Amino acid sequence: MAELLRVSDIVVRFGGVTAVAGVSFVVDQHQICGLIGPNGAGKTTLFNCISGIYRPTEGRISFEGEDITGAPRHGMMARGIGRTFQNLALFRTLSVRDNVLAGAHCLGHAGFLASALRLSRARHEEAAAEERLRHLLALLDLEAVAEVPVASLPFGTQKRVELARALISGPKLLLLDEPAGGLNHGEVDGLATLLQDIRRQFALSILLVEHHMNLVMRVSDKVVALDFGRKIADGTPEEVRNEPEVIRAYLGEEAHDRAA
Amino acid sequence: MSASKGLPVAAARGAEQVAGHSWAPLVILVLLLLALAPAFLVEGYRLFQLTLAVIYALAILGLNIVTGYNGQISLGHGAFYAVGAYTAAILMAHFEVPYWATLPVAALVCAALGYGIGFPALRLGSLYLALTTFSLAVAVPQILKYKAFEDWTGGVQGLFIFKPDPPFGLPLSNDQWMYIFTVLVAATLFILSWNLLRSRIGRALLAIRDQPVAAEAMGMNLAQLKTRTFAVSAMITGIAGALSAIAVEFVSPDSFSVILSITLFVGMVVGGVASILGTVFGGLFVVFVPNLAEDISKAAPGVIYGIILIAFLFLLPTGFAGFLRRLVVPLLRRRRSAQAMSSNGR
Repeated sequence: MAELLRVSDIVVRFGGVTAVAGVSFVVDQHQICGLIGPNGAGKTTLFNCISGIYRPTEGRISFEGEDITGAPRHGMMARGIGRTFQNLALFRTLSVRDNVLAGAHCLGHAGFLASALRLSRARHEEAAAEERLRHLLALLDLEAVAEVPVASLPFGTQKRVELARALISGPKLLLLDEPAGGLNHGEVDGLATLLQDIRRQFALSILLVEHHMNLVMRVSDKVVALDFGRKIADGTPEEVRNEPEVIRAYLGEEAHDRAA
Repeated sequence: MSASKGLPVAAARGAEQVAGHSWAPLVILVLLLLALAPAFLVEGYRLFQLTLAVIYALAILGLNIVTGYNGQISLGHGAFYAVGAYTAAILMAHFEVPYWATLPVAALVCAALGYGIGFPALRLGSLYLALTTFSLAVAVPQILKYKAFEDWTGGVQGLFIFKPDPPFGLPLSNDQWMYIFTVLVAATLFILSWNLLRSRIGRALLAIRDQPVAAEAMGMNLAQLKTRTFAVSAMITGIAGALSAIAVEFVSPDSFSVILSITLFVGMVVGGVASILGTVFGGLFVVFVPNLAEDISKAAPGVIYGIILIAFLFLLPTGFAGFLRRLVVPLLRRRRSAQAMSSNGR
């Protein structure tokens, strides 16, 4: 499989604190890659580097062979990197429909003038976005709430809205920050199936930051484990699960000794 | 239709779009006729007041775009109004430019000014932006009085201009024509703004207001969108200012004090933040309620105005537009969900 994302020797320091200390890994096309680690392992920081929110202190990130380290944040979606947020970052006052359509912003080119005059270009772009919208609302079971302001919806539904918003532009890489956080048992099961469906339908790769070990091990082709900002394992879910360092990081020294 | 058999969904959508489009001009025409009717029903000072209300509505629309929709608080939009007014007055008084030709010039001048102010303003948090724009509103009347510009601005005395005659020998009074001209200009800008705010750009403005980090992650260029929004906003308020100079036939520094900026802000909140139709109500409010207050009490109209304002915000906390929305939206939603259900069943 061809390589899509390459993270090389990323170091992130906040003042005196080193959040990420030289992490490298690769995500291939059509791969689901899980990024795991205890709290404070540096997962979200690394994630924010890939989506351009932070600029790494050292190291390189390349996407489709192109260096995107420190590239402007608003350009990431157009390159094909879509994301969701750990604590949801929806446009609270907008309807589900407008939230999802906002994700299609990077597909459009109509500016202030073309939009105000409703030039045919602007109308065509809008119609194309509406078409994608319809598909996603159906896929994520959001049709019934399309016109509802997003803030009034249950948490699980809001998470699906965020997913639809990240998918509408047709990204090649989807960054999901704790998609299972706050979901109940049944919803997590549904999410696992959904992620695999999405990968197939949209032919994309997923980089998944997740605490829910069961979900990660179930859907990932590959898992990268971090602890204290360093990579401690990288391989198939089987390999990572049995890696002594990972067991130690999660369960502590004693548990590891007992297991051994 | 048999021809559309193979593509039921697309055909149905096409029909719906055509229907949507054929309705829009009709609605606009009816609204426009309603808006023009007062020219023939109301006379003299009342008609002049109505002209002013339309002008204020337009100025408030400009403010609402940047503050209501985009969340950038401006307490200084009176400055753009003043610059628009002086641009029109100077062109008419010194260069004998026809009144209608002053509007595009005022638009350009104010757009450039808005862009210039919006650019550094990006780096300021919202409260600091409010103070920066406020300081602009404080400074502008004094700049207009400044000796070095007196030859142009008329200094403290200001400039006198003449109300335009109706074109093509139309049998209208100057007041009637001024009202009609104002309504036509305002209607054009309202329609363009309506389109803009319901487009991908309008969605982006709201998205940036609600959640800037996510907006940027969705590919929105915050710096570019915010400065351009500021420019568009200043442009619209500037055009309103130019119209006001023509309607009042006079500009002077003291007509554009800080109070003007606050008045526009009050009109925006009362009409409804982030509402296009609400701005019309806001315009009517800021022109007529002070008069009403004066009718009630000659001694303390300010107190009455304050009481009306507070009563209003207490009764309609989301502005006039929010009140309308609460009445209308449940009906619309019921209709839409019924439509969605029938289209699912297809």
